[in-house]
Amino acid sequence: MSRPSLLWKFYIAAFYIFLFAPLLVVAVFAFNASPFPSPPWKGFTLEWFIGTGSVFGKPGVLMDPIWLTTILNSLKVAVPVAVLAVVIGTVNAWLLERAEFPGKTLFAMMMLWPLVIPGVILGISILAFFSRLANGLEDFLQTDIDGLRPGLMLIVLGQLSFILTIATLIIAARLRKFDRSLEEAAFDLGASRTRVLRTVTLPFLSPALVGAGLVALLMSFENFNTTLMLVGSDPPLPITMYGQMREGATPAINAISLLVMVAVGGLASLFALTSKGDR
Amino acid sequence: MKPAQRLTLFLLMAPAILWLGLLIILPHVEILILSFSERVAPRVYQFGLGNYLEFFTEPLYWRTFARTAIMSILVTACTLVLAFPIALYIARVAQGRLKAMLLLMCLLPFWVSELVRTLGWMILLRETGVVSYVLQSIGLASQPVELLYNDGAVILGLVYGGLLFMIVPLANALESLEPSVVEAGFDLGGSRWTVLRRIVIPHAMPGIVAGSIIVFMLTVGNFATPVLLGGKNGLWFTEQIYAQFITRFNWPQGAAFGMLLLMLSSIIVWAGLRLSGQSLGTTLRQA
Amino acid sequence: MSSSTDLEIINVIKRFGSYNAVDGVSFSVAQGEFFSILGPSGCGKTTLMRMIAGFEDPTSGDIRIREKSMIGVPANRRPVNMVFQSLALFPMMSVGENVAYGLTCRGVSRAEADKRATRMLERVGLKGFGDRRVTALSGGQRQRVAIARCLVLEPTLVLLDEPLGALDLKLREHMKIELKQLQAMFNTTFVYITHDQSEALVMSDRIAVMNQGHFEQVGSPRELYNNPQTPFVASFVGETNRWSGETASASGDAVTIRLPSGATVQGKGQAGKAQSLCFVRPEAIALGTDQASLGNAANRFEGRVSAVLFDGANSSLLIDAPGFEKPARAVLPQAGPLAGIGVGAPIHFGWATDSMKVFAA
Repeated sequence: MSRPSLLWKFYIAAFYIFLFAPLLVVAVFAFNASPFPSPPWKGFTLEWFIGTGSVFGKPGVLMDPIWLTTILNSLKVAVPVAVLAVVIGTVNAWLLERAEFPGKTLFAMMMLWPLVIPGVILGISILAFFSRLANGLEDFLQTDIDGLRPGLMLIVLGQLSFILTIATLIIAARLRKFDRSLEEAAFDLGASRTRVLRTVTLPFLSPALVGAGLVALLMSFENFNTTLMLVGSDPPLPITMYGQMREGATPAINAISLLVMVAVGGLASLFALTSKGDR
Repeated sequence: MKPAQRLTLFLLMAPAILWLGLLIILPHVEILILSFSERVAPRVYQFGLGNYLEFFTEPLYWRTFARTAIMSILVTACTLVLAFPIALYIARVAQGRLKAMLLLMCLLPFWVSELVRTLGWMILLRETGVVSYVLQSIGLASQPVELLYNDGAVILGLVYGGLLFMIVPLANALESLEPSVVEAGFDLGGSRWTVLRRIVIPHAMPGIVAGSIIVFMLTVGNFATPVLLGGKNGLWFTEQIYAQFITRFNWPQGAAFGMLLLMLSSIIVWAGLRLSGQSLGTTLRQA
Repeated sequence: MSSSTDLEIINVIKRFGSYNAVDGVSFSVAQGEFFSILGPSGCGKTTLMRMIAGFEDPTSGDIRIREKSMIGVPANRRPVNMVFQSLALFPMMSVGENVAYGLTCRGVSRAEADKRATRMLERVGLKGFGDRRVTALSGGQRQRVAIARCLVLEPTLVLLDEPLGALDLKLREHMKIELKQLQAMFNTTFVYITHDQSEALVMSDRIAVMNQGHFEQVGSPRELYNNPQTPFVASFVGETNRWSGETASASGDAVTIRLPSGATVQGKGQAGKAQSLCFVRPEAIALGTDQASLGNAANRFEGRVSAVLFDGANSSLLIDAPGFEKPARAVLPQAGPLAGIGVGAPIHFGWATDSMKVFAA
């Protein structure tokens, strides 16, 4: 098996072409001076990024308030999700690795559930439950609580339901590698409990905290299935993209996709750089 | 335990309890209850099996369900077959920087949103798309060819989406195989095929199971790919759930569909784990 | 006398469930002393040390440092610092930051802490290492950083938990000497725990031998080696030959013992009513080519060499002799006439009554 056959090598090459072809065409047709993201090539343009709409009747994505608000909506979801995922994930990781309490195995098992539940079902179950909650509270308090109705707040909760599992797993994996005698040594040298946490434990965890935060940010930004069920009047980016793709795409979607790819590539390489410190 | 420690432990457990309780357990109890309630008059519901009966009596529903299940299995099998040679190459042939690069290049497309990848396939496959254009310009087709909106396109898109989740667990499992074991296999007179079948594949079994389960789960629960690449012919069960919940506002029916899909995915995961004797924890860790 | 006592342990018991990990231990350590606690793994020495450091609370008893009871005082307030088995150097900090850590915890200013850390590093022979990463140090250097990190705080007591365990043999031999020198230079009280009797013998002023939660004997290395008070100490400290047999006669402390295979040996100590254990050091066994060369040793036997264990100056012979169920081990001087002896050669061996310690079985 040590000498791969020509056929095998050919297959590998074909595979990687297959893997990158869709991304490549998305990127290329973002610059096509045509109202449709299709061949033939009609020349290079940046109109779909920064155009004012005078050429194709639609402004470029960076000039279009629809795209800009939808990106803002995505950030309004992704940032709280990432922050909460890191904070709660750290607490959960501590429970998993350090604490002893009855029912811990059950807790560890239940924590994994969200990963095996399809995202659509997480979405509808949270939608249904929070609607009932909102209806109940409305009858009781005589006011409607907006946060429990479809909207950004509910999307944050829906995404947290499974992103928390992933954040917890990332942080717990790092915590498991921690040598507890480091904490004891710091304590022995006169540090207070909070100082030990601040100067020893958290610095050790920090690559995992940054990593979990970036992964959470990315997963939130790109989540579609759960978000679709919980979306209200202000759609995040994937929902808007989906709507436009159903209607018949313009190269504006290519342009926004390319921007997302660049941003994601940046985040991913940041993550790769921080996780290198792990090993 | 001292009261102070007890309080600390409780405070630390609070977020986890809120998370699992409010976002996982109670919502699922809610749709379970919802799925058994029938609308008898506007805003009046009572307990009944009507939503499930509706599923079995309306052919569109159960056919879509069966179609989703069968196509998901097909997609999983295709993904496994396509991914295996790649994983084998990454794990056992490629060395050093090439290996790291091949693996990284597998990961990259999957950091990009599912919608962007699907958009790429749409641009490639549609009537006015790249493939059709190339076929015409080299003379293999005389008129535009529509490659989108059929089962082939749906399967292609889903396999593409599942590849990474198959390659990584497979490569991890294959990585741990001792080279000397493979050499011994050859040394004892095994042919390439026998060594692959008797030594390499059994060793990779945990990875195969883990990858297959994950790909199946992702495929069955997918929404955008079948809808966008299949168009009207996509007919995916998640779309039915969406239609009941959002378009028709018939939540009890949608909840029943949700429970059915959850059951399907749980049964397949459970059966996969049982058949291979693995636990969920180790399987997910493999991935 | 009591004013110069740094550490006093008074009848300390530590119970885990129904198991007594430390079972009524009392001792005191004088100022500037190098005190070792020697015992096999699981004897309770780590638990004892963690109680002194403040990581565990004793079930009963008292721990006093310079007359002050430490019960209820948390580890970060005790004038005790510990060198961990894993060293536990902070990997996220530089060497200098590691050494300055304890000072900054005490509220010493950054600049002052850095200055003192630099001076301490100089004193332990790590001048100019302040900015290095701890991961970039060799095993011996890491060891010195761990000790410097404690000493810079000028603690009453430094606890060392088998810090040499992870080092390779050559470096371990070297570090034994270096540790002893450091301790002498700073004149700080060291309490050192180990399962390696040679580490304890080489470095310590006094050693406590610990077994199953209690102290078997406390004494200087010489006392423990030459006058073990219990069979455990006799067999745990240093190499020894060990036989057991029937007590044939005992008058005063002179005992005669008959081994199961027939030989009769004479030693000194407390014989058991029926059965006794006897110990004799390999270096106490005299060797000769004939009866006469053994002089008038009370125990004289004849046997054959069954194995030559060559190890330079530590070389020894195993001798099979009629009447002994186990071969006797004797030091083989490499400068003597027997240096070239081979397996199978006949040999005479013997030892004086005083060299053989007898205990009740």
